[in-house]
Amino acid sequence: MTNPVIAKQKPLNFHFPKYFWVVLAGSLVLIALSSIASLAYGSRSVGLQEIMDGLFHPEVHSYGADVVRKRVSRTVFSLFCGAALGVSGALMQSVTRNPIADPSILGVNTGASLFVVCGIAFLHISTASQYIWLALAGAAITAAFVFGIGSLGRSGATPIKLVLAGAATSAALSSLVLAILIPRSNVMDQFRFWQVGSVGSGSWSAVSTFAPFLIVGLFLAIISGPALNALALGDDVATSLGVRTGFLRVIAALGAVLLCGAATALAGPIGFIGLLATHVMRLILGPDLRFVIPMSALAGAIILTFSDVAGRLLGSPGELEVGVITAFIGAPLLILLAMKSKVRSL
Amino acid sequence: MKSESLKFIQTGRKKRQLRFRLVTGSLAALAILLCGAMLMLGNTIYPVGVVVRALSGEQISGASFAVSTIRLPRMLAGLFAGFAFGLGGTVFQTMLRNPLANPNVIGITSGSSAAAVFCIVILHTSGAIVSAVSVAAGLVTVLIIYLLSRGKSFSIGRLILVGIGIQAMLDAMISYLLLIGAEQDLPAAFRWLSGSLNGSKMDQLPPLFISVLILTPVVLLLSKQLNILELGEQAATSLGVRTNMTRVLLILSSVIMISIATAMTGPIAFVAFLSGPIAKRLVGSGFSSVIPGGLVGVNLVLAADLIGQFAFTVRYPAGIITGILGAPYLIYLLIRMNRKGEL
Repeated sequence: MTNPVIAKQKPLNFHFPKYFWVVLAGSLVLIALSSIASLAYGSRSVGLQEIMDGLFHPEVHSYGADVVRKRVSRTVFSLFCGAALGVSGALMQSVTRNPIADPSILGVNTGASLFVVCGIAFLHISTASQYIWLALAGAAITAAFVFGIGSLGRSGATPIKLVLAGAATSAALSSLVLAILIPRSNVMDQFRFWQVGSVGSGSWSAVSTFAPFLIVGLFLAIISGPALNALALGDDVATSLGVRTGFLRVIAALGAVLLCGAATALAGPIGFIGLLATHVMRLILGPDLRFVIPMSALAGAIILTFSDVAGRLLGSPGELEVGVITAFIGAPLLILLAMKSKVRSL
Repeated sequence: MKSESLKFIQTGRKKRQLRFRLVTGSLAALAILLCGAMLMLGNTIYPVGVVVRALSGEQISGASFAVSTIRLPRMLAGLFAGFAFGLGGTVFQTMLRNPLANPNVIGITSGSSAAAVFCIVILHTSGAIVSAVSVAAGLVTVLIIYLLSRGKSFSIGRLILVGIGIQAMLDAMISYLLLIGAEQDLPAAFRWLSGSLNGSKMDQLPPLFISVLILTPVVLLLSKQLNILELGEQAATSLGVRTNMTRVLLILSSVIMISIATAMTGPIAFVAFLSGPIAKRLVGSGFSSVIPGGLVGVNLVLAADLIGQFAFTVRYPAGIITGILGAPYLIYLLIRMNRKGEL
């Protein structure tokens, strides 16, 4: 029985969340603001004239203008990384149907680290475009392993089981990382700076290495959005709605791993962006993943870029690596989630 | 009939007692052997006689310096820190009735390390001040974790999640402090990343000695109550245990010991986590596994240090060895608990 009144309306499944346009506009404004801040602030502060010179007058070669040009690539890189990590978190949370999922909490970053370190130490790999593949492999294997352990037992993958499996795996892998590094002090030195997680190394070549992964990852995320909505109702319901859950999980997880693996390979392990971005967006927009996933990209980009600026300001004259800042913003959210969740669901 | 069952119980008890004594005795013997090995082995291997003479103050060229100035503090640091980690970890695990609820997993050792790193790298202090600040930081970390995870009803799961969150922040802070440290050298970085006995000096040891010697008897006095606590809050209260008081005292003692040990050697990975389950498996039920837990800790640290020093062409700090051994065990434990549905 089709009801003519309803049939005339927009299809129900294309109902935009209440504040969608406001949030979209706000996010774009914030992205613009964070980018401007990222260009303007740093260990050397530059004036408006120098920013203009750096951006629009390539013929001007003042010191300030060159500083701004350097910061442009860094800003683009941090926007990309933030977007990738934000979406990756959203995907991981929906695939595992678990509010506490993030590349760093699930130990996926450490898996990527281990593979990168092995690459540097044993295969003498030194370019980012080569070890991005290692990082992806590491991230994928670790994600599968952690999820495997976390979902053993009757109650399936509860938050506490996943988090513990992630923490344990992370600890195991970081011991291995250190054991590989100790005899090789040159690798160690390189690794120590990578390990904190920073977008400071963001050059145009990093951006262009990153871009294909970001595009493919985002594509996978967006096409799996509607089906992930069904999955959120439970595997049984999703199957009865015609979703091939196994295939969907593989596609979405692949997207998540591409995004966070590539970001980790290039910037080092930056934690909690996925957790933060997704929860903020879900809080404002509601649970519809078709909107939460793309908006998490914007939120992630904003959070990471502002954190990077904050790190430069707080750490001046040097800078505070962005991984430290995001841990300090993100970990309290994890604690908050732990406090709010019911004992039963832990 | 009655006397027969009594006899049965008595022989069972005797058997367990024998097992407890046997296990504790062999653990102690093994620890003594390892201590001896720590003193004898090195670039030059000294026989027992030389070591004893060097320790008793006789001047033997080479041996005196190597044994008394380098190997003895290293051995003592391993001995006491291992004992503190093992004992403290076992107390936490027994008290909270969950092997995962221990200072390594819930971030207490990270709190102490962060404080110690801050003191050493930024404020350039050393000795007793570092110990005192680490203890304070360890206690504050426990308090914060407890307050945040209290909720309406206590849940171990929540406690562990909150602890992992706190730990993430503290670890970020440690990495940052290590990066900005001006005279930042790699050995120091390793100490704070995974724990190591390298560079232990005699004059740094007294806080560790004193705390272990004073607090071990306290924990021992409470170990009977601790065993009863393991039966659960209600059972313990009805058996006349002052649960809150006992808990606070036990937490205070173990956190102080662990924090001071951490300030000395860094958070030697997983020793506090591993000791309890190993000791429990060796001792069996019915007896407090607190002292065996401490001894297992000693053996783990000393053996890991010896392996790290001599088994490979490169010298690895003790924490790397315990980390590589401990993390798979943690994963195994998780798998087993998940299968049984204990989480």
